[in-house]
Amino acid sequence: MRKLLPIILVSFTAFLFLIRLFYLQILDDSFDEVSTNISVRKVYDYPQRGYIYDRNGELLVGNQPAYDVMAVPLEVKEFDTLELASLLKLSPERLKTQLEKAWRYSPRLASVITPQLTKKEYAVLQERMHKYQGFYIQKRALRDYNVQHSANILGYIAEVGDREIAQNPYYKSGDLRGKQGVEEQYEEVLRGKRGVKHFLRDIHNKNIKPFKEGKFDTVSKKGSDLHLTIDAQLQAYGEKLMKGKRGGIVAIEPSTGEILTLVTAPSYDSDLLVGRKRSRNFTKLYYDTIQKPLYNRALQAIYAPGSPFKALTGLVALQEEVVGLEENFKCNGGYTYGRGQRMGCHHHPSPVQMVTGIAHSCNSYFAQVYRRTIEKYDTPQEGIDVWRGHMASFGLGDYLGYDLPVGRAGLLPDSDYYNRAYRYPTYNWYASATLSNAIGQGEVLTTPIQLANATAAIANKGWYYKPHIIKEIDGSAIKDEKYTTKQVTTIDKEHFDPIIEGMHDVFNYGTASFLRVPGIEVAGKTGTSENYAKVDGERVQLTDHSIFVAFAPKENPKIALAVFVENGYWGSRYAGRISSLMIEKYLKDEIERKDLERWILDHSLEDEYAKPYSGEPFKINQ
Amino acid sequence: MPKTLLQLDWLTILIVAILIGFGWGNIYSTTFVSPEESILDLSKIYGRQLLFIGLGVIIAIVVLALESKFFERFASIIYILSILSLLGLFIFGKTIAGQTAWYSFGAFGLQPAEFAKTAVALALAKYISELDNDLSKFTSQLKAFAIIGVPLALIMLQPDAGSALIYLSFLIPLYREGLPHFYITNGLLAAAIFILTLKFGFTLFAPVFVFLMIIIYLFNRTKKPRLWLYFLALVFGLGFSYSVNFILNSVLLPHQKDRFDVLIGETNDIKGSAFNLYQSEVAIGSGGWTGKGWLKGSQTQGRFVPEQHTDYIFSTVGEEWGFLGTSIVVILFTILILRLFHLAERQKSQFNRVYGYCVLSVIFVHFFVNIAMVIGLFPTVGIPLPFFSYGGSGLWGFLILVLIFLKLDAKRKSLD
Repeated sequence: MRKLLPIILVSFTAFLFLIRLFYLQILDDSFDEVSTNISVRKVYDYPQRGYIYDRNGELLVGNQPAYDVMAVPLEVKEFDTLELASLLKLSPERLKTQLEKAWRYSPRLASVITPQLTKKEYAVLQERMHKYQGFYIQKRALRDYNVQHSANILGYIAEVGDREIAQNPYYKSGDLRGKQGVEEQYEEVLRGKRGVKHFLRDIHNKNIKPFKEGKFDTVSKKGSDLHLTIDAQLQAYGEKLMKGKRGGIVAIEPSTGEILTLVTAPSYDSDLLVGRKRSRNFTKLYYDTIQKPLYNRALQAIYAPGSPFKALTGLVALQEEVVGLEENFKCNGGYTYGRGQRMGCHHHPSPVQMVTGIAHSCNSYFAQVYRRTIEKYDTPQEGIDVWRGHMASFGLGDYLGYDLPVGRAGLLPDSDYYNRAYRYPTYNWYASATLSNAIGQGEVLTTPIQLANATAAIANKGWYYKPHIIKEIDGSAIKDEKYTTKQVTTIDKEHFDPIIEGMHDVFNYGTASFLRVPGIEVAGKTGTSENYAKVDGERVQLTDHSIFVAFAPKENPKIALAVFVENGYWGSRYAGRISSLMIEKYLKDEIERKDLERWILDHSLEDEYAKPYSGEPFKINQ
Repeated sequence: MPKTLLQLDWLTILIVAILIGFGWGNIYSTTFVSPEESILDLSKIYGRQLLFIGLGVIIAIVVLALESKFFERFASIIYILSILSLLGLFIFGKTIAGQTAWYSFGAFGLQPAEFAKTAVALALAKYISELDNDLSKFTSQLKAFAIIGVPLALIMLQPDAGSALIYLSFLIPLYREGLPHFYITNGLLAAAIFILTLKFGFTLFAPVFVFLMIIIYLFNRTKKPRLWLYFLALVFGLGFSYSVNFILNSVLLPHQKDRFDVLIGETNDIKGSAFNLYQSEVAIGSGGWTGKGWLKGSQTQGRFVPEQHTDYIFSTVGEEWGFLGTSIVVILFTILILRLFHLAERQKSQFNRVYGYCVLSVIFVHFFVNIAMVIGLFPTVGIPLPFFSYGGSGLWGFLILVLIFLKLDAKRKSLD
C-alpha cells in the first residue's frame, strides 16, 4: 500500500496537467487573440487625403502634416505625469482623464491622448518620447486650405467620435473623417485606403520582424483627387459680393448641371476648423445662432420664391392651353377675386400679355392664368395635382439629388395638403384659395438651389441635369448616371420661347432695366418675397427678401443662377445687382460697371438684420 | 567496468537525454537573436547551456566511474560537505536579487542548494538503512527530519522558499520506509484546510468545518465514537485555518500574498502581480494543437514571459510545440518517474531503495511544482524544470542525483 503513493501521485499529476493543458491550448480559444494583441503591433499608414481642385484646376485644398500623441494604456509604464503634461501642453488632470478614457475605450488599442500637434511641437516632443513607454506619435495629414472661400462647400475633417467608431468599424480612435460638404460627401473617395503593417514586437515594444512575413499587411492607397465643378474665381467673387448680407447664390451651367458657384452668407474661414483649435472654433460657430455660419443657406434655407415663380406659372398655363400668347389682361393695380379679396399689383403699363406680363411682373396677369389652369379641371384637387406635377418636373419640392450632404425638400403643395388645411370634405376649397401660388407667395417654398435649377431648366427650354458639384475623380470625368441622365420637364419646348422673351425684356424695359450687362443678352426675373419672423413670440413682418433668377447668354446659355438676399427689399435692389455682376464676371472675367460693384460692396444689411434683435419697434421696407 | 556500463538503465538515460536536448532547443528559442550567430557563443544563454551540457557529460562519466560503494560509505561526509557549502554562502556567497544562493566564479556561478538534494538523499538513505533505526519510532523520525531540516533551514535563510519546498519531497521515501500515515494524512488535510481558507477566508471556512465535523460524528456508527478525538480535530482544524488566515494577512510579504491571490483568481492585475502567469498562460494557450513552430512563437520571440529560459521554459514548449509538445513532455516525465519507481522497488539493498525513492520524489516535486506554476495551478515558486530549464548547477545536480542511482542499480544487477 505504501508503495502505491508515488504511482498515485504521478498518475494523478499527469492526468491533471493534461486536462489543464487541453483546456488552455485546445478548448479555450481566447488566448490566440490575446496573444496577437500582445505580440503583434499594427502600424497604420495613413495615406494622403485626396486634393480638391476647382473646375479649372486651381488647388483649393491640400494637406499638411500633423502629429497625434497616442497611447496604449496597457503598455504605459509609470512616468513623470507633470513632465509629460507640460510637454503636451495639457494640464496633469487632463492627461490623467485622457488616459482613463483610453483605458475605458480599450486597454490594448491605441487612443489619442492629444491630437494634431504642429510640426514644431512634434520636433520638441520626438526627442523625449522614448522616455514614455506606451506612448507613441502617429503622423496624419491635416487639411491645408489654399483659398479663403467655399468653406461650406468643402466642409472640414475632424477626429471621429466614439459613436462613429462603434457604428463604422473602419474607423479607429484618432482617425480623421470628412464632415459636411464635399469632405463628408466624398469621404470614401478622398480618404483612400489605410494601409497596415503587422510587426512582431518584443516586451520592450521594439519591432522584431514582420509578422508571418507580412501575410496580413495591406498597402495604403492614396486618396483620390477631386475636381469640383466650382469656378473658384466666381465663387470668391460671389462671397465677396455677399459680404454683409445673408442669403445664397447658386449658379449652374445649364448644359451640364454643374454647380459653378454655391455661396452661402455669412460663411466662415476654413482655417478655423483645422488642427487643435478646431473643436473650440467649431463650438463658437455652432452656437452662433444669429449668423448661423455653418448653415448652408443655398441648400437648406427655404424661401417663398416670389415673382420668379411667375415664369413657371406662365409655362404651365401655356402647356395647359388656358391662355393665348396674344391675349390681353387688364391690370388695375391688382386683381379682385372671390368675395372682395384682392391681390395688389404695382404700377406698370396695362394691358399685358404673356411676354409683357413677365417683363412687368404683373400679379394680376399670373393670378388669372393660374386660376384658369386650376379651374380647367372638374375639381380644384385635380387641378392642383396637375399643376404640381408640372412644377415637380422642374425639381421643386424635392431634394434634387445633388451630391452634398445637406438639403431641404422645400414645399410644393398637393391636393392632400389643401384638403387637410381646409378640412375637406367638411369644407370645400377652390382655386382662389391657392391663388398666391401664382406669384410665388403662397404655400410654395424653395431653396436657392432649387430655383437655380428651375432657371437652368428654363434656359435649356425644358430639361436639366441634376445639379452636382463633382466633375472629375482622379482626372476622369464622372460617369454617375444620376448626373448624366437628362431630366425632362413636362413643358413642351415651344412654350419656353415667349417666357424667355419676357425674361429678356425684364432687362429691356422691365423691372431690371438698369442691370443690363453690356454686350450680353441676359434673361432674368426679379422677385420680392414677403417674410415673417417670430420676435418675442409674435409674428412680425420683416423687410422683403430680394430675389433674382437669371441666365445668360439668352441663346446657348452658359450660366443660370438664383440669388437670395434676405431682407434686401425688392428684387433688383440687391439680388438683381449681384446676379448681373456675377454674370458679367463669369462671362467677361472683368467688371466694367465699377459703380454697380462698388454699390454692392459698400452696402451692408447688418442694420436690417439687427432690427428684430433691437428690442424696439422698427420699420420695414425702407 | 564495461559490464556495468551495459547494465545501466538505458531507458532512463534516453529519456534524460531527450529532455536535455529538447530543453536546449527551447532555451535556444527563448534567447536567440539571429540564426547567424554561433550556438557556441558563450555570451549567449543557449551557448552557455551547451557548455553546461558538455561539462555535464564529463561529470556523468566521473560519477559512473566511481565505485558504487563509495556513495554509501561517504554519504555522511558528502552530507557534511554539503552543509558546509551552504554555510559558506553566508560568508563567500554572492547576493543576487536579494538571495544569497550563489558562489561566483567570474561569469559563472554555482548554486550549492542544487547539489544538497543529492547529499540529503544519500544521508537519508544511509540513516534509514542502518539496522537500529525504525521510522515508526519517534526518535528515528526526529533524526530523519533533522537530516532534512538542517539544509532546509539554511536554504530558507538565503532566502529561497522555492528550493526549500523541494525538501518536502523526502516525505515520500520516509513514508515508504514506515513513517506513520499520520504525517501524510494530516499533511494532506492541512493542505486542504490551507487552500480552502485561502479561497474562502476563515469566517466562511469555520462554520462549514464545524458543520462537517458534526455530520461526520453523527453518521459514524461503526464504533462508539470518541468525542474527545472529534473535539481535538475541531480545535486543530480551526486553529490551523485561523493561523493561515493570520499568516496570509500579517506575516507573508505583500509579493508572496499576491502570488496566492493570483492563483485563486482574487487579483487580476495583469500588469502587476499576475503578469508572469498571465503571459505564460497566453503563450501556452495560443499554441493550439501543434504550436506555432520552433522559433516562431510570438510570445516567446517577443520575450513577453519573464524568466522563460529558466522557470517558465515550459511555456515555450506550449507556444511553439502546442498540446503535442506539452503532452509529450508531461508523458516523458511521467515515464521517467515511473521507471525510477520501478528501479527503486527492485533494489535489494535498503540504501539503494531509499536513495532511488529520494531521486524519483525530488524529480516528481520539481516536475509538479514547476509545471503547475506555469499553467496556473500553483502559486509562483522559483524552481526549475529538471533537465529542461537553463542553469548549470541545476543540470549537474540532477544528473548527479540520477546517475548515482543508475550506478547503484547497475551494480546490483552485476551482483545478481
